[in-house]
Amino acid sequence: MQYMLLIYEGQRPPMSSEEQGKLIQEYAAFTQGIVQSGHFKAGDPLESASTATSVRVRNGKTLLTDGPFVETKEQVIGYYIVEAKDLDEAASIASRIPSARVGGIEIRPLRKM
Amino acid sequence: MERTAIEQVYRADYGRILARLIYLLGDFALAEDAAQEAFGAALEQWSLDGIPANPSAWIISTARHKAIDRLRRRAAFDSRRDEILRSIENQMTSEETGEDSAIPDERLRLIFTCCHPALALEAQVALSLRTLCGLSTEEIARAFLVPGPTMAQRLVRAQRKIRAARIPYEVPSSEQLAERLDGVLAVIYLVFNEGYSATAGDPLVRRDLCAEAIRLGRVLRELIPDDAEAAGLLALMLLHDARRETRLDAAGEMVLLEDQDRSRWDRAQIDEGLKLVEIALTRARPPGPYAVQAAIAASHARVPRATDTDWREIAELYAYLLTLRPSPVIALNRAVAIAMAYGPTQGLELIDAIETGGELRDYYLLPAARADLLRRMERWPEAAIAYRAALALAQNNPERRFLERRLAEAEMRAAR
Repeated sequence: MQYMLLIYEGQRPPMSSEEQGKLIQEYAAFTQGIVQSGHFKAGDPLESASTATSVRVRNGKTLLTDGPFVETKEQVIGYYIVEAKDLDEAASIASRIPSARVGGIEIRPLRKM
Repeated sequence: MERTAIEQVYRADYGRILARLIYLLGDFALAEDAAQEAFGAALEQWSLDGIPANPSAWIISTARHKAIDRLRRRAAFDSRRDEILRSIENQMTSEETGEDSAIPDERLRLIFTCCHPALALEAQVALSLRTLCGLSTEEIARAFLVPGPTMAQRLVRAQRKIRAARIPYEVPSSEQLAERLDGVLAVIYLVFNEGYSATAGDPLVRRDLCAEAIRLGRVLRELIPDDAEAAGLLALMLLHDARRETRLDAAGEMVLLEDQDRSRWDRAQIDEGLKLVEIALTRARPPGPYAVQAAIAASHARVPRATDTDWREIAELYAYLLTLRPSPVIALNRAVAIAMAYGPTQGLELIDAIETGGELRDYYLLPAARADLLRRMERWPEAAIAYRAALALAQNNPERRFLERRLAEAEMRAAR
């Protein structure tokens, strides 16, 4: 069973380069861990929500707007797709994502087509 | 005859049957539908052939066949169909014969799935009552004062999530067990409190919730006999529920604990509760919050007259409970116990401090407790003010009528 782990974070206070380096290391260690355990399917960080563009097609017309689809304080900053046997295992993986401590992780099962 | 037999099996064994079927079929909704169908079939079959030797096993076996029929009828593009079919058929060849053998008890899995924290709390409650107690959607809706379709939708949504997100059907691993068990206990206690403080709706329907919560508590205790808090929760519920007949008078008016006719308390239930309190208090050291609350209830239940109440012990228990679960409501209970043990002045000081904290601004029992202490001190004008403040916050009718009677008394005395 595959789950998408959507990583949400609010605006962080500016980080020192040392803090940034530490966070990057934490993410690298986490990712490496789930690659080795066989849970990892995909995962990437995303550019900030200020770079987002939303697309809607209405009456055959394509409308582009600046910004994320929903403006909220917390935005998606990255994702993983993991293989897990059930929700408990997916939640236990999600709880180890570094951003879980400051933001939150939304777990969405992938629907098999 | 057959109908009563079926009702008995349904009432006594529905949870166990369903738990087994979910385990065998791997699908909540399918298991429920198949179980309902099998009970329907029993109505016909048993009147022809008599009641089978092992009625529950008969239901399970019939339900499996019904489930297979249902799956075969399902559209072929349902990818899960073949997978489920194959696994059921494999199991059937391996253990089909066991009509007489005992049914493995899968209810603990069911409890943990129903009370999984990924489900909304109200869905956890509804699902537990529906699957473990066999209550109908309509019955649950009525008990929780929710329209039937709303409750039905809530249940469907929960079942869909269990399947789509694959909420596991298993007892949590040991490192998760304590935390998840807390959630299970909370759900059972919530069901009990809905029934116990039933103030709106049909009181009889709501009181059934207490019985259902006690049933769930018994199941849990049976499944994890070594857990102190499961024993504590069951004790707590039994001891409170033992007073049910005396909490309202013949006219339906509220009767305070100190004025209740203790000879009408349910003795057998109290004895059972007291035994469980001992277990709960000795098995876990230090005791957990349910064990402590049960110990407080036991302290009340043990004494034949309200005037014999050991308020010092109760105040200490509340003080300890406060360290486990810091909450202004528990602090208020402790203040009342202190007032009863050491005099109203000390109690009033504590109540003032709680009020300053501000968290209980809308909680009518705070001014009501103050009013009661002032009444005991015969400070009538102040008591009247406090009763008025309580009345401004109290929601339900028996409580309001009680406060109005006390207010009238205080005003009359104040005027003298």
